[in-house]
Amino acid sequence: MFIGRLFPFFVAGLVLAPVGAILSSLFSPTGEIWSHLVESTLPQLLINTLWLSVGVVAGTAVVGISLAWFTAVFEFPGRRFFSWALLLPMAIPAYVSAFVALGVFDFTGPIQTFLRSWLNSDVSWFPDIRGRMGVIIVMTLAFYPYVYLLARNAFLSQGKRSLEVAQSLGFDRRHGFFKVVLPMARPWIAGGLMLVLMESLADFGTVAVFNYNTFTTAIYKAWFSMFSLQAASQLASVLIVLVFVVIVVEQRFRSRMRFAEARKSERAQRIPLTGWRCGLLVAFALSIFLLAFVLPLVQLIVWSARAYSQDFDIERYLEFLWHSLSLSGMAATLICLVALFVVYGVRRYPGVLAHLAVRVATLGYALPGAVLAIGVYVPLTWLDGQLSEWMSQRLGFETGQLIQGTLFTMLIAYLIRFMAVSHFPIDSAMQRITHSIDEAAMSFGLKGWSIITKVHIPILRSGIFTAATLVFIDVMKEMPITLMTRPFGWDTLAVRIYELTSEGQWEQAALPAVTLVSAGLVPIFLMMQQTEK
Amino acid sequence: MDTFLLQLNHVRQAYGQQVVIHDLSLQLKKGSIGCLLGSSGCGKTTVLRCVAGFETISAGEIWLNGECVSRADFSLPPERRRVGMVFQDYALFPHLTVAENIGFGLHRQAAAARQSRVEELMMVVGLSEVSAQYPHQLSGGQQQRVALARALAPKPELLLLDEPFSNLDVSLREYLSQEVREIIKSQGTTAILVTHDQAEAFAIADEIGVMHRGEIQQWDTAFNLYHRPANRLVADFIGQGAFLPGRVLSDTRIEIEMGVLNGEFSSLRIAGGEPNRKDNQVDVLLRPDDIVYDAISELRAEVVQKAFRGAEILYTLSLASGARVLSLVPSHHDHALGDKIGIRLEADHVVAFR
Repeated sequence: MFIGRLFPFFVAGLVLAPVGAILSSLFSPTGEIWSHLVESTLPQLLINTLWLSVGVVAGTAVVGISLAWFTAVFEFPGRRFFSWALLLPMAIPAYVSAFVALGVFDFTGPIQTFLRSWLNSDVSWFPDIRGRMGVIIVMTLAFYPYVYLLARNAFLSQGKRSLEVAQSLGFDRRHGFFKVVLPMARPWIAGGLMLVLMESLADFGTVAVFNYNTFTTAIYKAWFSMFSLQAASQLASVLIVLVFVVIVVEQRFRSRMRFAEARKSERAQRIPLTGWRCGLLVAFALSIFLLAFVLPLVQLIVWSARAYSQDFDIERYLEFLWHSLSLSGMAATLICLVALFVVYGVRRYPGVLAHLAVRVATLGYALPGAVLAIGVYVPLTWLDGQLSEWMSQRLGFETGQLIQGTLFTMLIAYLIRFMAVSHFPIDSAMQRITHSIDEAAMSFGLKGWSIITKVHIPILRSGIFTAATLVFIDVMKEMPITLMTRPFGWDTLAVRIYELTSEGQWEQAALPAVTLVSAGLVPIFLMMQQTEK
Repeated sequence: MDTFLLQLNHVRQAYGQQVVIHDLSLQLKKGSIGCLLGSSGCGKTTVLRCVAGFETISAGEIWLNGECVSRADFSLPPERRRVGMVFQDYALFPHLTVAENIGFGLHRQAAAARQSRVEELMMVVGLSEVSAQYPHQLSGGQQQRVALARALAPKPELLLLDEPFSNLDVSLREYLSQEVREIIKSQGTTAILVTHDQAEAFAIADEIGVMHRGEIQQWDTAFNLYHRPANRLVADFIGQGAFLPGRVLSDTRIEIEMGVLNGEFSSLRIAGGEPNRKDNQVDVLLRPDDIVYDAISELRAEVVQKAFRGAEILYTLSLASGARVLSLVPSHHDHALGDKIGIRLEADHVVAFR
């Protein structure tokens, strides 16, 4: 079928359209607002973004790599517990950790209040959490699991072995780690760090809570405070260029991972640790786990309980929850269907071009939500104009806007951003359906549709389920796209958290946040189940 | 004692409750190539890893060049043992070129000395042409030679090879094992390899230890393992053959269904060290080459299975009693299943067990 062949290209086009729309703003005449931006805020934005990127990448590298190495190769009390528990912070969206950190460590928070009353003096020496270091620490604790996960996989599959190679060639353990193990794990570690970098560049909620100006918050302000789509697009185009560099680097490392194919891991003896080294290690792992997961969760629960006991509007909460769930449900269904069509299209009509189209179609995960919101808005506005003009000419009356401000805009933006999330599990499930499986089915007299229902669907089922779950949760946690493109009256939990935290109402924001965290735990448990197998 | 480069005395190794090596002893002379041969899970790789220092031992001692490197309470770190290792999956560094891989262990040497050693080794293993390539660009055989050169570069006292040919084509293995033997000998290195493939062991090693369940059953030359196996396990594991019941007539004669065997009963092991008494019931091992084709022989056997081997056909024959034996026959004597063919005993080394 012709449509099947074109489908991957259609989705690739969907990804390229917003990028093109935004980049074209670079060539359009620059307005007054833009020159104002260049003079006043752009240098600061660049410096802030640079600091944030360098800080978070360095922080996640140190925390992620060291924890991965310790849990992959050494034996110490609690090793099994830590190896999965250290992934749990992934369940907490960074913007949630951010407002908890502010609530706990700020001037009016419990820590400083306690210190003041205990020491009976002002504690002006207490570091200001609202500064640059605060954002970097919060994001490091939120994003280190990406590095931890990938580095740990590399270390588990080849770490002990490469250490042995180094030792058999006369290196001691410490030199072996830096000379051999680390360079060999470089593609995985770099892959994790690039993901971290993308997340830091894309982040909106965390920096908004901290009032730390980056491109994403500037785009939001340009659009919603200065009402300049033009300036917002131009800011977005700078961010796209930054992201593009990251993508190129990431794809390079990804292609290197193929050569350094991970071998089957040998269950060799772990190196036992005792004494002060062991104590230090456990203390390190424990403090990361407490700071990144236990502390925020406990504080959220305490706040939720307090907010709930006061006059809590349960009906409004349920309304936000319903919006979140239904949006996520629609998005998951749509995106998984599209991913299925793409995967079938490539399977049926493979080729260099089709594979390239899929590569492009799955690049949308790198586009920051704030950029995407604008990128989708601009072409759709144009399309809307064309459509209503055509309608008024044909039908003789004004239809008004048909696309803008509808769920359609939002779903398209989600589709672009989360296509990769659903494509990967469905595609790897499809890889298991070889052509000889089809031929075997045909040799038993099955054909066409019955091959799909009797053979393909059962094989694909778990892949589709994983894809749908991941998309569902990601959409639930998503903030900037929802915030910027939602139709009137479609406030979700994430939007509610943004509104409440921008007014400093931590306690009110806690229950929606706990809801998101519990949803976020689902994919982590799914992932752990899969790695257990 | 000091003539042996490597000595294992009553070594025992266990993971928790699971004992991998029981009371294992062996000696290896300087300059010779030893081999541990056994099916998977017999503990042979663990022996290698204990010698390398990657595993600790729970009893016994390992001596390397006159120095005790492993005891129950002590283990010299691997990097200080001067032991080179070729890993089963080669474990080459994918981010380094062939030359950089080979030179990796020479980190304490000056650049010039390192360079000349790397060039020398690339000549020895025949990889000078590909020195600037990366491991993934090489064939399996080339990768293996890089791994060998890398391990040999720092001139280790002892070279360990863990299943070095298992990732290669069967057709390449025998040729490559001869080549590897020549390379090791040319460097004057002592080596131990581990394998489950007897052809490989025979091609490369001076001395072979057959391992079963964490114990060495026999440490000997290939010839003796085949013709003078110490026990049934070795006899079963090495080569092909069949057991036939027999009766001892005298010190040099045993009667079996096919006639009377004369000769030296090299491996006639009697339980409890009893002398070889007349009328003892024994099992006699007959190799396929002990039974030869003889068209005019009165002794006939029925062909029940045949396997064409090119120059020869391996026949499985059924004797009158129903007992089965193997016979290797030049392949121009082609018989169908069910044919009765004439055979004759021609055994020089007779092996029999109680």
